[in-house]
Amino acid sequence: MRRELIKFALFAAVVLTVPAVVKGGYLLNVLVFVGINTMLAVALNLLLGFAGQISLGQAAFYGLGAYLSGILTATHGWNPWLALFAAAAAVGLLAFAIGFPILKLKGHYLAMATLGFGIIVYIVFNEYVDVTGGPSGFPGIPGLQIGDLRFDSDLKSYYLIWTTALLIMLLAVNLTRSRIGRALRAIHDSEVAARVLGVNARLLKVQVFACSAVISCIAGSLYAHTVTFISPSTFGFHFSVELLTMVIIGGLGSIYGSCLGAALLTLLPEFLRTFQDYDIVVYGLLLIVMTMFMPGGLVQGAATVWRLALRLLPAKGRGDA
Amino acid sequence: MDFSQQISQYILSGLATGAIYALIGLGFAIIYNSTGIINFAQGEFVMLGGMFGVYFHTVHNFNLAVALLLAILFAAVSGVLFERLAIRPLRRATPLGLVIITIGGSILVRGLAMLVWGKDTHALPTFSGDEPLSLAGATLLPQHMWIFALTVLLIVLSKLFFQFTITGKALRACAVNQRAAGLVGIDVRRMVMFSFLLASGMGALAGIIIAPLTMTSYDVGIMLGLKGFCAAIIGGMSNGLGTVLGGLILGVLEALGAGLISSGYKDAVTFIILLLILFLRPQGLFSRGESERV
Repeated sequence: MRRELIKFALFAAVVLTVPAVVKGGYLLNVLVFVGINTMLAVALNLLLGFAGQISLGQAAFYGLGAYLSGILTATHGWNPWLALFAAAAAVGLLAFAIGFPILKLKGHYLAMATLGFGIIVYIVFNEYVDVTGGPSGFPGIPGLQIGDLRFDSDLKSYYLIWTTALLIMLLAVNLTRSRIGRALRAIHDSEVAARVLGVNARLLKVQVFACSAVISCIAGSLYAHTVTFISPSTFGFHFSVELLTMVIIGGLGSIYGSCLGAALLTLLPEFLRTFQDYDIVVYGLLLIVMTMFMPGGLVQGAATVWRLALRLLPAKGRGDA
Repeated sequence: MDFSQQISQYILSGLATGAIYALIGLGFAIIYNSTGIINFAQGEFVMLGGMFGVYFHTVHNFNLAVALLLAILFAAVSGVLFERLAIRPLRRATPLGLVIITIGGSILVRGLAMLVWGKDTHALPTFSGDEPLSLAGATLLPQHMWIFALTVLLIVLSKLFFQFTITGKALRACAVNQRAAGLVGIDVRRMVMFSFLLASGMGALAGIIIAPLTMTSYDVGIMLGLKGFCAAIIGGMSNGLGTVLGGLILGVLEALGAGLISSGYKDAVTFIILLLILFLRPQGLFSRGESERV
């Protein structure tokens, strides 16, 4: 655990000193979105990487957070923080309620059910025009502020988003090292065996599902207050697949991997503007190739390659001598 | 138009879309039974059917019937390629891995179609004119009749195929028990490939016969695929006739929902049905007793 904490502290120190190097501008703005996507990828990873339960409806919880925050603050004049917590509580309850019937399903059926839920929510964003503004979007969401500190610049948003992301990562690391984390991994490997050993698998799965939904919802609220304009297309099926790709690239069950996956998939399209239309092809290829050849993800894959290289190099040296 | 006329209009046009869902759903069931995989890419072969049809007919000026056959052939070959390149190398994969691979495959196929054919929607001409017909107080297009006729023909043919040909029987044997099928000398791998061929061919046909009514574009595969899956779920995945009924029920409910409630929520109706079935009766609406695995 102590090693984990040192690793985390180093990581946090690097993240928090980045703005000193980047010095504002467009890149810092993109890094804010890396932070938001990190929260979402970690949330999905808790569910997929640890408990082994797939969800193709993560974008729905993200969107619910954004829309609830937007509607409560811009339409009803609530305090943004109050709206954020109210949205998180409401989405948590919703996820808890639908979690019981949904997580009874396994594998393909679970994927389809979460996908169906995601699409229903997406349709509501588009069709409930009086409240959500429909396909043309929902403007005028106020920014967040603490006392007199308004989060209105990229630099301030960076610290707000990344402090939250780091807290969520710390919670996730902590959770996976705990009794609950071990129980989740047991469910991943064999649900029957876990239940025989006295793990309340059903309740635990629903709790992780709800936890993952709440994190996604908070990320959605922060997104809404940061960009101040939201539209349904951000929260469609395509984004759920993008999140899945982030988690797979980073490695199932690796918290830092999720951060790496989020960073790669957020930064690369920004720098490869010419590839704009190719991104969907690239995601498809990445999902297939990673699952086939590097099921542990980039972090674990790199470690394997490194170990292989270490073993091969001295052998070669001896051979030459 | 009075109310009963309106209802019969919704039901008849719903049955036509339902027939399409049934064809797609049968594809899901065929692959599921021979491999245990839910092929998330199934909808993309429906899209490929329609897009290849448009390509051969409008770009290469082939006669409609020839374009149709070529499109089915090309889509079916793409299905086999998909199986060879993405599914077969992964025979020992976990269900999670298979879900992810088929999702990856589906967005890859969709992306390639977008790169090759662009983002525009295309229309295929109707098979025999646009002169509306009147039936039971409802107005239908000749294309609706084509959909009914071709779907019935295909279902009868597949029934005969599964009952009376040696390959059909071998496929059924694989559905019952792959290991045992292998022990009596059935080449299970070939059968798996064959089921992908059949499923993508059927999907492609569905994609072509619906294209004159609803237009087609690179991204129609997601919705059509999901609705086909919903039809297969209602039918319990294993029951040939059940899936057909599932498709028809879904099509009619959707048409009624769109007509009587709101057309914007038309797709939501499907997914609410999907969730209800998955929650309450994951084994399908029709009892297990007559479980004939096709």
